[in-house]
Amino acid sequence: MNFEMSDDRRMLADSLARFLADTCPVEKRVDVAYAEPWHSDAAWAGLAELGALYALAPEEAGGMGGTGFDIAVVFEELGKALCPEPVLASLLGLRLLAAAGQDLEPVLAGERLAVGIGELDAPYDLDGIATRAEGSRLTGRKSVVYGGAGAERLLIAAQSGGKLALFEVKAGDAQVTGYGMIDGGPAAEVFLDDTPGELLLEDARGALEEALDAGALALCAEALGAMEVVQGILIDYLKTRKQFGQPIGAFQALQHRAIDVGIEIEQARSIVILAASALGGPEGAKRVAQAKFLVGRIARLVAEEAIQMHGGIGITWEYPMAHYAKRLVMIDAQLGDTDWHLERLTEALAAE
Amino acid sequence: MDLNFSPEEQAFQAEVKAFLAEHLPKEIADRVGRGEEPTREDMDRWHAILNDKGWLGGSWPKDFGGQAWGPIEQHIFEEECAKANAPRIVPFGLKMLGPVLMKFGSPEQQAEYLPRILDGRDWWCQGYSEPGAGSDLASLKTRAERDGDHYIVNGQKTWTTLGQYANRIFCLVRTKFDGKPQEGISFLLIDLDTPGIEMRPIRLIEGGYEVNEVFFTDVKVPVENLVGEENMGWTIAKFLLGHERTNIAGTGFSVQALAQVKALARQVKRRGKPLIENPLFAARLASVEAELEAVKITNLRMLSKAAAGGRLGAEPSMLKIKGTVIRQELNDLARRALGPAAAPFPSEDLDNLAIAPQGHAHNAGNYFNNRKISIYGGSNEIQRNILAKGMMQG
Repeated sequence: MNFEMSDDRRMLADSLARFLADTCPVEKRVDVAYAEPWHSDAAWAGLAELGALYALAPEEAGGMGGTGFDIAVVFEELGKALCPEPVLASLLGLRLLAAAGQDLEPVLAGERLAVGIGELDAPYDLDGIATRAEGSRLTGRKSVVYGGAGAERLLIAAQSGGKLALFEVKAGDAQVTGYGMIDGGPAAEVFLDDTPGELLLEDARGALEEALDAGALALCAEALGAMEVVQGILIDYLKTRKQFGQPIGAFQALQHRAIDVGIEIEQARSIVILAASALGGPEGAKRVAQAKFLVGRIARLVAEEAIQMHGGIGITWEYPMAHYAKRLVMIDAQLGDTDWHLERLTEALAAE
Repeated sequence: MDLNFSPEEQAFQAEVKAFLAEHLPKEIADRVGRGEEPTREDMDRWHAILNDKGWLGGSWPKDFGGQAWGPIEQHIFEEECAKANAPRIVPFGLKMLGPVLMKFGSPEQQAEYLPRILDGRDWWCQGYSEPGAGSDLASLKTRAERDGDHYIVNGQKTWTTLGQYANRIFCLVRTKFDGKPQEGISFLLIDLDTPGIEMRPIRLIEGGYEVNEVFFTDVKVPVENLVGEENMGWTIAKFLLGHERTNIAGTGFSVQALAQVKALARQVKRRGKPLIENPLFAARLASVEAELEAVKITNLRMLSKAAAGGRLGAEPSMLKIKGTVIRQELNDLARRALGPAAAPFPSEDLDNLAIAPQGHAHNAGNYFNNRKISIYGGSNEIQRNILAKGMMQG
């Protein structure tokens, strides 16, 4: 048994951490993440140059990693830095393009690509997708497409001939309305109206499920990184903020709550490790669902407790922790929330 | 045991409902219903409508222009207003300073300020908290030093809600610098036009502006603006804390929020079915509804006791804790029900895209903003301290 990170991954984590601290310092985040284009072109180019995207794709497809642990390392650092760059979109795109046997090189080099799966009436479930293809022309609406604002290429999941298929659409051919999110970063509504596309996968269901699992794992790792930072900020605050003539951390009522937060974060870390190790294997879907469920619950607890123990300062725009807290809460609604994944688990239980 | 309002109270409830149906402007109710902050004009307009009816200071004594409502009438009025999506009555003049002046103010102060609160000429804000004095309010440092007929005020206040609309502020200031901190605090009325005052907005987590910092540099305040006696401010602050607690559980807001979440859960879909049919979401909703029904009764038990002249002990603190947690849970469900559609940063440009069903674009923002309700007015931790002190002394 060995829970140490490999040297390669540690080097990747360190270099990514240094890059993010220099290029996307959290103090500057509010200027970048909440104003069009809701991320930084320079930071994006830098991330690609650093090779961060290569770590998300398997070697046989031209990448340099792509395992659960590679994904977790990258996203944990993105989470620590509260980085608004649309790396999730690239991760989903790379997994799907690899499954379709497409050339990954442009995306690995930093081409902006986004994946449209969820819809207004089917935010999480593949079965509910209503976007349809007639031949290779697509009609429908994809809602809250992460990284959709500014993407050059779109991968679209659509019903075609009784199967869930995957198409590629040039962003310029669709009507893409970009916007920023309440926790920062770019997204878009994508309207397709007899829009030309290119069929990549006739039966994309398995590839979509695999990509969504990878994406959900990435979000869990991102949340873990953000939780670690929030925990550090909270402990500092408990030690330094004085009321009633002593640091508020001297009060046992707050000590116990801060400790409970810490215990839960360790639970989150462990389930992320488990899910990362299982990704791609027979238990992958189950472990990812367990992780997304637990992390969703824990991230909300950490955000709410950290805010409450800070008091008013914890809900001010000026205080970086408030933005971490927003990310921690909103991350739950990406790629299946706590309830969604718990439901997957309860169904699997019944089938055991 | 009879859980119903008396026939007189039911008649009053019907009168309030009818009044709201006729006089609450639809565009204001719609804005509140969408979870947007009412505008300053909305609040002024709604205050004026209520004042014309004589209901703005409903719980004020008749001598001061009120209706002398008891706690139950006040509760009925507030519940019905919340259910109708009326803007919250801005409490600083009507519920805080007004009662203080009636109890501690001089006849001159009462004659000068109370009518101006009712007719809207004065918009008061509150100067209590300071950067170093939040939960530990008694450690406040803003100083008022006597200089002839004036106090000279220096220091900083924070979390001043809607200070951007106010023309006056009531402040707790330090007038004695030795002895127990509680014994050196005074209650001072300050005109915000006085030179030396600067108000700076504080942006909140969801992006809105409702609280401010207020800086005082050598601000000259006439001594007649002292309320009560010098160094009696802590008594006044404690009086305020124990006053007008009828709405502390915010059950009217929660009733309204629950109805909105239920409607939303019928509208949005998961797996091709309305969300309300999803067992996990329905369990969350049913749980919080049971909690809400219980706290409504706890609230009525307290009101009934207060109406009978009983002294309230632990009840307000319990109600604040339970009431805020329930409201926050409902805010969470309203955000959760939307799924990814809660994510867009609200903007008028997005309204025609209808990403969230109409009226729900602010659900995530409201969830984040309402983290404040378990923090302000004595955080839930401070409420537990109050309860624990009572328990150990009891």
